[in-house]
Amino acid sequence: MKRLTKPWTTRSRFLAPQTHPERKARASLGMTEGISATFVLLTVAMCIAPSARAQVTPQRLLDSAKDPQNWLMYSGDYAGRRFSALDQINISNAASLVPKWAYQTMGGGKFETTPLAVDGVLYASGQDNRAFALDARSGRPIWQYQRALPSDIRPCCGRVNRGLAILGDKVFLGTLDAHVIALDAKTGNVIWDATATDYRKGYSITLAPLVIKNLVLIGVSGGEYGIRGFIDAYDAASGARKWRFYTIPGPGEPGHESWEGDSWKIGGAPAWITGTYDPATNTTFWTTGNPSPSNRGEGRAGDNLYSNSLLALDPDFPSTMNMITMPRRCPS
Amino acid sequence: MFGCCVLLALAPVAERLSAQDKNPFAGDAKAAKVGESQFRANCAFCHGLGARGGGRGPDLTRAQKRHGNSDADLFRTINEGVPGTAMPPNGATQQGVGMTEEEIWQVVTYILSVQAKAPAQIVGNAAHGKELFYGSAACSTCHMIQGKGGRLGPDLSTAGSARSTEYMVESVRNPNRRLAQGISEAMKEFSQEYETVTVVTADGTKLAGVVLNEDNFTLQMLDTREQLRLFQKDKLRSLEKSRESLMPAYDQKTLSDKDLQDLIAYLLAVGAQ
Repeated sequence: MKRLTKPWTTRSRFLAPQTHPERKARASLGMTEGISATFVLLTVAMCIAPSARAQVTPQRLLDSAKDPQNWLMYSGDYAGRRFSALDQINISNAASLVPKWAYQTMGGGKFETTPLAVDGVLYASGQDNRAFALDARSGRPIWQYQRALPSDIRPCCGRVNRGLAILGDKVFLGTLDAHVIALDAKTGNVIWDATATDYRKGYSITLAPLVIKNLVLIGVSGGEYGIRGFIDAYDAASGARKWRFYTIPGPGEPGHESWEGDSWKIGGAPAWITGTYDPATNTTFWTTGNPSPSNRGEGRAGDNLYSNSLLALDPDFPSTMNMITMPRRCPS
Repeated sequence: MFGCCVLLALAPVAERLSAQDKNPFAGDAKAAKVGESQFRANCAFCHGLGARGGGRGPDLTRAQKRHGNSDADLFRTINEGVPGTAMPPNGATQQGVGMTEEEIWQVVTYILSVQAKAPAQIVGNAAHGKELFYGSAACSTCHMIQGKGGRLGPDLSTAGSARSTEYMVESVRNPNRRLAQGISEAMKEFSQEYETVTVVTADGTKLAGVVLNEDNFTLQMLDTREQLRLFQKDKLRSLEKSRESLMPAYDQKTLSDKDLQDLIAYLLAVGAQ
């Protein structure tokens, strides 16, 4: 590890006290466990081609479970385990953790982000669609971004955001006014800004996107406001929308008959939890929320597919949904 | 009775709508004068004295405004802000300046009094300017436009709409005179000044680049290979900052006046998109 030219590269996703007596021992233990083939490779790559940029490739995302010193997506890995294999912080020393730094987001309200940790840099989002990159070691900001939001947005449940996704040199943010934005990971510049839909119809985006191959997948919130839920995929390079999968089937599609009259148009079924991905079967899994209106079933008689469901989609051909389970809903 | 109530309820709305549609001070020189001082107090920080651009905001003396030219457009832009840009709503946020409706109209009157009478004619060949930008002039080595290019200098996607031609000419011919202030990346909460920084690390490695952010104890920089470098200042052997831009000055030999015109035509064309 000493050969690394990047002094800020940290092994731990967490910030441990610098003076921890076990630090050295554990660090070398980590090394022997192959702390990171990626790090060694990176070092080599930098020697051969000094201008090569550290990038988060689709392969790195696939291997994220084997890369525990980084946290490359919302749930840590595609399986969505949300589990860190790092053991420097454990049940025997967690009680002695002390704060090493604090970063003020300068925003009020709920703070729900899960930071990404990428080669010593933390990427996270804050209230009111702030996003920032921090030196993980010092907590100092490298860049900060805040989207100026329209004054008439009405997100149901706080002006929150749950995090970013990363691919290549870009991080991706969904916004409360239903845009999807790519920011340059090194400077915070806006690379592209795609309008997913009209926020005035009740839509907002609060979840962290999910990157699969070169696609940025994102779902919408707004089940309280009579939206028709969907999951979108955007080309990571250009921001062009590649597909949209409505979580409520339209006329002629299987399941459409499970909605009474025109209730499908405002039936909710938002997708506001970041999905997961199984590379072996090339399947991405997404959950959906309640049908709308949620507290009154009158006018939307039927099974209301695919609200309160687990959807399994082929990210390349999302129209072929290969599996659905639907928990039994409480009678409304 | 019901009809009456509806009428009464609608009346203030109708009045309000028309109030935001039509400038009660149109062409009134006195109101423009009052508007000018309002502008200085509330707008000049970003849009510059004389509304000619400067900080984060565009030059407002152009006849073509990015978010609409009519009285109603200007009122709306000032009152509601422009989502996705640094232009805040007038009153709804802590950044908003909280002008009254009357004051907004005075500012609108002022802006209209200083704006050019006709849209600037784009002289120069934008297509050739684009070739230069990504080709022989090598601008894209350090500058990005719409996601394509380098990171060492400011993103120039909106430079054409935000900066005067004179400013752009000066930036190319004499980049050291005024360092860019993160102007075209307006959504950054702190503006980057593109100061040149040279550090020597503890192991003797010398690195040059631009400052992304710094405080008394730490430095966050992008080196000339576009690698992020994060330092604690007390661990560095040396740190030097300079107001000399990393950008080379393009003289007539490197870039003829004709080519510079084409380049600016390209920036203007992109900025207008």
